[in-house]
Parts: sequence; structure tokens; C-alpha cells
Amino acid sequence: MIEILQQALIKNGLVVSFAAVGGVMWLSYFLSGKLTRGRLHGSALAVFAGLVLAYVGGVVAGGKNGLADLPMFAGIGLLGGNMLRDFCIVATAYGASFADLRRSGWPVVVALFSGVAASFVCGAAVAVAFGYRDAVSITTIGAGAVTYIVGPVTGAALDASSEVMALSIAAGLVKAILVMIATPLVAKRIGLDNPHTAMIYGGTMGTNSGVAAGLAATDPKLVPYGVMAATFYTGLGCFLGPSVLFLATRLIFPA
Amino acid sequence: MIIYGVALLAVSSLLGLVLGDWLGALIGVKANVGGVGFAMLFLIFATERLQRAGKFPASSASGVAFWSAMYLPVVVAMAAQQNVLGAIKGGPLAFLAGTTGVVASFALVPLIARMGRPPPRPDDVDAKKNEEPRP
Repeated sequence: MIEILQQALIKNGLVVSFAAVGGVMWLSYFLSGKLTRGRLHGSALAVFAGLVLAYVGGVVAGGKNGLADLPMFAGIGLLGGNMLRDFCIVATAYGASFADLRRSGWPVVVALFSGVAASFVCGAAVAVAFGYRDAVSITTIGAGAVTYIVGPVTGAALDASSEVMALSIAAGLVKAILVMIATPLVAKRIGLDNPHTAMIYGGTMGTNSGVAAGLAATDPKLVPYGVMAATFYTGLGCFLGPSVLFLATRLIFPA
Repeated sequence: MIIYGVALLAVSSLLGLVLGDWLGALIGVKANVGGVGFAMLFLIFATERLQRAGKFPASSASGVAFWSAMYLPVVVAMAAQQNVLGAIKGGPLAFLAGTTGVVASFALVPLIARMGRPPPRPDDVDAKKNEEPRP
């Protein structure tokens, strides 16, 4: 009996994920209303619940993909994977205003460059503080603080050690998760309530998943603006990391 | 029909993502550069055009609206498959490298936003400007 049930759930992974995520959302909105009287928004709580489940999944299954590594919840991997994520994000652009997008043009470019530079410098400084003195390791860890894609791409280009690569990816993961959780909390303080600031925010923070979830938990109307800017960040980071940023780091820490 | 909206969304997404991959290959990085952004522009452009021509009825639009509304659940599913354990196992170095960068970036947002803040806008003028054909 139980086995048949398990098989059915595994065979219908995507359908299971609809039900599971629906349950998580319902519980989150229920708790948001009951416990925080809506002060902590249901969507923010739902994203946080997702992260907690990812932790639980990681502990139980011992893999890299959180809950999605449990066979029964493999559908979560499809529902929350890159393909459907990008598809849905593009859909949010429906109804966004061209005029608002265009108006923020050059400040977004400034945001992209200063965002990559700020994250890189912070990550690199921490690497130095922890005793790393070789340019390759410092650059790789700094690049990881940009996003968890820029880190390993840069590390692979520079032939960094696998230990440093792992640290670099972990730094990027910390960033993505922190942006998801912290955005709704700091939104008011940084003036994140209009399309212009949302684009600057997307360009500065850059981590796609972080920005996507952070804005969803803040104000869904702002999602397309932030994501539009953030979509250039990882590419820029992959471009700058092994080139300009590495050369600059090597000037300070010659081999 | 609802599938027309979904199909338009799909075509826009694919065009954007392919363009982003090409752009990445062109400048020699192993990443998609702006793919989702281009896809969004294609979608906005296409729906605006079709709507003006009266060829994008509510039934087609609901095919896009559904996926737009599925966005939050998809993000929750995305959160549920993050390598949270890996982030925690990275220890204090990874934690500090990630957090300091985020704090610095948050601090930058209001500074940069002030730079290009649009003037309070006369909406109608903008709507008209927006009607110029775009390349």
C-alpha cells in the first residue's frame, strides 16, 4: 500500500510540487495573518519556509539541491528550476512600462558596476582577513561574493583550488539567501517602493534568485524592474572577475 | 485562446535566452548575459503591439497572467532547493564574505537611486513618447 503511494508520488513529481508549494503558501499566509498581523508578509514567510525546507532536505538527503534531492519532492526541482523560474519572471514583465524601464538606463549601468565592485571588494577583503595572500584565491572568493555563479566561473578560469572554489560558492549562497530574507526588512529604509529604485536595487544586488525572491516578498509589482537589471549582473561579473578584477588584485598581491 | 498567450510568452523567453547566450559567447563569458531582460523587452514590445492592433484579447492575456501569478510559488520552490546546508557549512569566511557584500550593496542602493531619480512625471506625455516604434 505505502509503496504504491510512494511510487505514485514519485511518478507525479510536478503535481506533488504544486500541492506541496500550495500548502507551504497557505500556511505562510495563515501564520503571517495570525502571528504577525500581516507585518511580516506572507510571501516573505513563504520564501523563508522554502529555505528552511531546503535546509531540512539538505540534512536528510545529503545533496546540494535541498528538498529537491528527496525523490518524493523531485518535482520541486522542476517547478523551482531555472527553466520555469525564467519563464515566470519573463511573464511578470507583462504590463511593465517601457517608459519606466528606459528612464532608469544609465543609473542602472552605474548600479551594475558599483554592485559588482562593492561585493567583490568586501569578499576579497574578508579573504585577506582570513589569511589568504595569493591573488588567485582572493579573486575567486571575492568573485563568489558577487554571485555563486561568478565565483566558480572565475575560479575555473584562474585555476583556483577546489577548497577555495567551495568557499567561493558558499559565499555566493550566503549572499543569495541573505538578499531573499533581508530585502523585505530593509525595503523601506532604502526607499525600495518604486520602479526606478527597484531597477537600481536589481542592478546593485544582482544575484538573480535573491533579487527575484526579495522583490516578490516586498512588492510583486516591482519584480520585473529589479530582475531586468539583475539579469546583466552575473554576466558582467563573469566578464570582470577573471580579467580586470584579477589583474587589480594581482597588483596589490603580486605572486 | 489561452495557449496563444502562453506561446507568445514562450517565444519571447526563448528569443531572449538565446540572445543572452549569444551575447555571452560573443564577449567570451560562460554565462547568459541579459537573457531574461531581453525576453522581458520582447514580451512587453509584442504585447503592446498586439494589443494596439486588437489582436491580444483577454483570453490570450490570461495565458501570460497565469504564469506571472505562478511566479511566487516558483520562487518558493526555488528557495526550497537552495544549498542552504552548503552555505552554512562554508563557515565564518563564506558567511562574512557574503554578508559584508550584501550590506555594502544595500547601502549603495539609495545613493545611486538619488542620481537618476526621475522628475515627478506628467504621465500622458510619457505614454505618447512610448508610442514611437522601437527597433
